[in-house]
Amino acid sequence: MGMRRRRDGIGPLEYTRRAWMRLILLATFVFLYAPIVTLVAFSFNDSRRNIVWRGFTLEYYEKAFNNAGLIEAFVNSLTIAFFSTVVSTVLGALVALKLWRFRFPGKAPYEGAMTLPIVIPEICMGVAMLAFFSRIGWPSGLTWPFNLGAITIAHISFSFPFVAVVVRARLANFNREQEEAARDLGATEWQVFRDIMIPYMKPGLVAGALLAFTLSLDDFVITFFTSGPDTVTFPVKVYSMVRFSVTPEVNAASTILIAITLVLTTIALVLQNRRTTD
Amino acid sequence: MDSWRKFPLVFWLFSLPPTLWLLLFFLVPLGLIWLFSFGEKQGIVGIDITWTLANYARALDPLYLQIFVKSFWFAGLTTLICLLVGFPVALAITFAPARWRPVLLLLVILPFWTNLLIRTYALIAVLRTRGFLNDGLEWTWEGANALLTLVGLGDLNLLGERFQPFELLYNNFAVVFGLVYVHLPFMVLPLYAALDRMDKSYLEASLDLGASQLRTFLSVVAPLAMAGIVSGCIITFIPALGSFLTPDLLGGPDSQMIANVIESQFKSANDWPFGAALSFLLMYVTFFVLALRAFMTRGRAGLDAA
Repeated sequence: MGMRRRRDGIGPLEYTRRAWMRLILLATFVFLYAPIVTLVAFSFNDSRRNIVWRGFTLEYYEKAFNNAGLIEAFVNSLTIAFFSTVVSTVLGALVALKLWRFRFPGKAPYEGAMTLPIVIPEICMGVAMLAFFSRIGWPSGLTWPFNLGAITIAHISFSFPFVAVVVRARLANFNREQEEAARDLGATEWQVFRDIMIPYMKPGLVAGALLAFTLSLDDFVITFFTSGPDTVTFPVKVYSMVRFSVTPEVNAASTILIAITLVLTTIALVLQNRRTTD
Repeated sequence: MDSWRKFPLVFWLFSLPPTLWLLLFFLVPLGLIWLFSFGEKQGIVGIDITWTLANYARALDPLYLQIFVKSFWFAGLTTLICLLVGFPVALAITFAPARWRPVLLLLVILPFWTNLLIRTYALIAVLRTRGFLNDGLEWTWEGANALLTLVGLGDLNLLGERFQPFELLYNNFAVVFGLVYVHLPFMVLPLYAALDRMDKSYLEASLDLGASQLRTFLSVVAPLAMAGIVSGCIITFIPALGSFLTPDLLGGPDSQMIANVIESQFKSANDWPFGAALSFLLMYVTFFVLALRAFMTRGRAGLDAA
């Protein structure tokens, strides 16, 4: 009986305990992770060709760090991401506050317009930005970091609606009695905003800011249409390297970008979990 | 919620900066290419807005129509494969022990946060002629051959003289493979959300009443998860349809999708009005699919209320 029970122990709804389900799950995760893991592993491989393992080396990281073009692109990416994050967070928070707090005519179309940058295909936004900046005669040949202006503006345009979504989700649980109590006790509109709304929104603001930072750092398609020869970002540089050759140096550069994104998202996740528990 | 009339100053303070930004740096650029799509090329850089429909008519040219059809076909196939693979995965996560569920979900989401370009690049190393997939197959081939020699069948060359690597990269197969690789998480998450909400006692009831697992799946699980299936298919289909990077890096000369044609019109071919018309056609398709989803979910809500 004991043996039988063990063999028949899988309940009808315990799909995850069925061997073939586990196999599908395992195969899916191998499919999702094997390419990335091999890419990271081969960035440490002591061979020019990305095929056979020949021993551990940091040579390609050294090469990547000595590649002036790559470093310049990296600094550009971080600069753009920084300015884009600051502006996107402010704009996104304002949209969230407005939609959360106010009734106004045309609210539904307004919300629709605000989600447009999230839903339209990236390529359409990319060519629109290209057409826009060339038509208004956006000055080229500015000094750094002003030459990054066009890319930064494009990044802000697709980032702040995402921030708005994140911050609004946070605001949805806000108890407005806190605000009313403060008003009843004589707080001005500004004091309520500074001492009650901002502290309450903070986890949402941080999560939104991290999202904006990663979106900006990762974007390729839209940047591809707004960047010029002097304003190459990290993904655009990696793209041009990939087009020419598949080398461990590209693997090393990619691994650095993966590591940065991973750290940022872990922070965002931790913050979001804290948000749901408090 | 307050009426905006009650606090007009605060309302305008919140409103103006983001609204102006959206208008100036998003809607105006879109409006500009909308205008261009009705224009004619004048010289190298000039565009005359003549309200011609020629650019849209040109999209119906068999050459471009075929690329539209191919893009739909790629995106549709990708959606179907993602659904077939994603459903068991979502089901397995839903019925996994509670402490495993967040870990499994995180494992599905994590690749999302790896740069799209890097993930696509990673696939090149997997798929190329001397890539990991072919190496793995060659290794299996050698093993099988050794086994055949061992049982005395080696001289017959049953598996061929030498291992022939498959051409897996720079063709349509690679594009669909890449699209599935990139979009699978888009499918699993809404499916999981729908399955997780489902009342599991319906399944128990169905099984207790003697329905087979397959019957239960088809008549109970699938209908209950329909909202998730529709959402998953739509949010997989839309980005897949507009993909630029995957066909660009993994595809061959005949695996171009709409986005690649748009890019070449704006860059090498330098025909902005035509590229603008194609962009708007792609956007109209996207809106149509989104409207379809809104229509379908509204229909379901009405059904539930009735």
